[in-house]
Amino acid sequence: MDDLYRDYILEHYKRPHNFGELDPHDLEGLEHNPLCGDELGVHIRVKDGRIEDLRFHGHGCAISQASASIASEELKGMDLDDVGKLDADWMIELLGIPVSATRRKCALLNLKAVRGAVTGDNAWPS
Amino acid sequence: MPPVVESSLAVKADFPIFARRFGGRELIYLDSGATSQKPQAVIDAQAEHLRSHNANVHRGVYALAQEADAAYDGARRKVAAFVGGRPQTTIFTKNVTEAINLVAYSWGRANVGPGDAVLITQMEHHANLVPWQVLCRERSAELRYLEVDERGELSLEALERELARGDVKLVAFAHVSNVLGTINPVAEMTARIRAAGALSLVDGAQAVPQMPVDLQALGADFYGWTGHKALGPTGIGVLHGREELLERMEPFLTGGDMIASVDLQSVSWNELPYKFEAGTPPIAEAVGLGVAVDYLSALGMEQVRTHERSLTAYMLERLGEVPGLRVVGPPEAERRGGLVSFTVEGIHPHDVAELANRGGVCIRAGHHCAQPLMRCLGVGATARASVGVYNDAADIDALVDALQAGREVFGL
Repeated sequence: MDDLYRDYILEHYKRPHNFGELDPHDLEGLEHNPLCGDELGVHIRVKDGRIEDLRFHGHGCAISQASASIASEELKGMDLDDVGKLDADWMIELLGIPVSATRRKCALLNLKAVRGAVTGDNAWPS
Repeated sequence: MPPVVESSLAVKADFPIFARRFGGRELIYLDSGATSQKPQAVIDAQAEHLRSHNANVHRGVYALAQEADAAYDGARRKVAAFVGGRPQTTIFTKNVTEAINLVAYSWGRANVGPGDAVLITQMEHHANLVPWQVLCRERSAELRYLEVDERGELSLEALERELARGDVKLVAFAHVSNVLGTINPVAEMTARIRAAGALSLVDGAQAVPQMPVDLQALGADFYGWTGHKALGPTGIGVLHGREELLERMEPFLTGGDMIASVDLQSVSWNELPYKFEAGTPPIAEAVGLGVAVDYLSALGMEQVRTHERSLTAYMLERLGEVPGLRVVGPPEAERRGGLVSFTVEGIHPHDVAELANRGGVCIRAGHHCAQPLMRCLGVGATARASVGVYNDAADIDALVDALQAGREVFGL
């Protein structure tokens, strides 16, 4: 079996969960990967301090799309304060595959957009 | 049957990096458009210079300094002759990006103003786009773009229409596109540009390493290229300019080496080409580049072009066997340099490059520093395979095998 392109990764890539736009939305984030031109945006609807619903859109590789799809299921219902505490390890662990240094940016693009939308911190994860 | 590769130069053994193994596998390098590998002769020449002839240039009276001078000036003569240029109008820069910035600053700031236009093309690398965008913004001039047609080519009629507007001061364009592979008709373009009273700047980064370049025949006012794509070291680029233009231009960078004399409040500039070479230049790199052009000349640039064209034809043919693969740029190898950009349906270009790497094949994926062109093509990114003198048909076969295997991984 392929280390990186596991069945569930490819499944999320081909049929991503929570893909699309959400209107109206309360928060939004947009990130680019300057190395490859990939683009990933998120729309978030908030209720009682929690993520009530979320959608992501844009284009990217299997790693970035699967990361966004897998994370979207975890993020729904999450307290906004907790979203701000999510780190790179959380995302990589959730993804469950070995990610090389060059592909790390792909894996973290979605979380960067989500964190930016929720906390306004666009510098993460520098 | 795929086409027979007419000419294989069979020089892989001259390049020591191909002795390396990656997980027991040979290196299959199809990324020469990004940077070329280096022949042993270039590596040895740089090391020998540092070991036995190292001194600063243009200042020393001792024997060692004179050797360094001779090596640096000798390298300039060889580099100039390689493309039919003259030493005094051949300026060493850091890379082609610096060569273009030199013109954008030294010539552009003095000659482009409100109501003027700079014309570039949709296929430009950021190196030949951003300096003009910044210039035009700063000088309240207009930056206009020649369109790329569906074949990935420019139109001479469109160029004439733009020039007829009468406001174009300079036209900057690539000799060979780093994404489309298109070979632009440089001489036809510079003739029209000259007739319209404008100047031309050609980015030759992808051309000089793979085809005969004769500056006299091309007729560009400025022509820039870079050493590391032409079997030479990183850290050295070249700008050739027309003498009367360079004479009239103010320096780009200032400091040591580029002055004739300095008073407390005034300075006079050194003669060409030194006026444009502030500070200690890349001496060992120049020596290495001199040997790189010797190496290419010994192969013969006509033979290099034949080799690259036949490998490109083979690559186009074999890539055509991969289902869902779409090539961007001209379909005929005659109209291309030695690179092919492509997309594979259902697999993002980054994953295409990753899957090629599984087969030991190095290709590039991304926007190739040409984001406006990517938008024209309607893609976010492409994968790109590019060949050098050391590649052969087996390298292309390995790429196609890796892509076919990759499609299976993705369940396509």
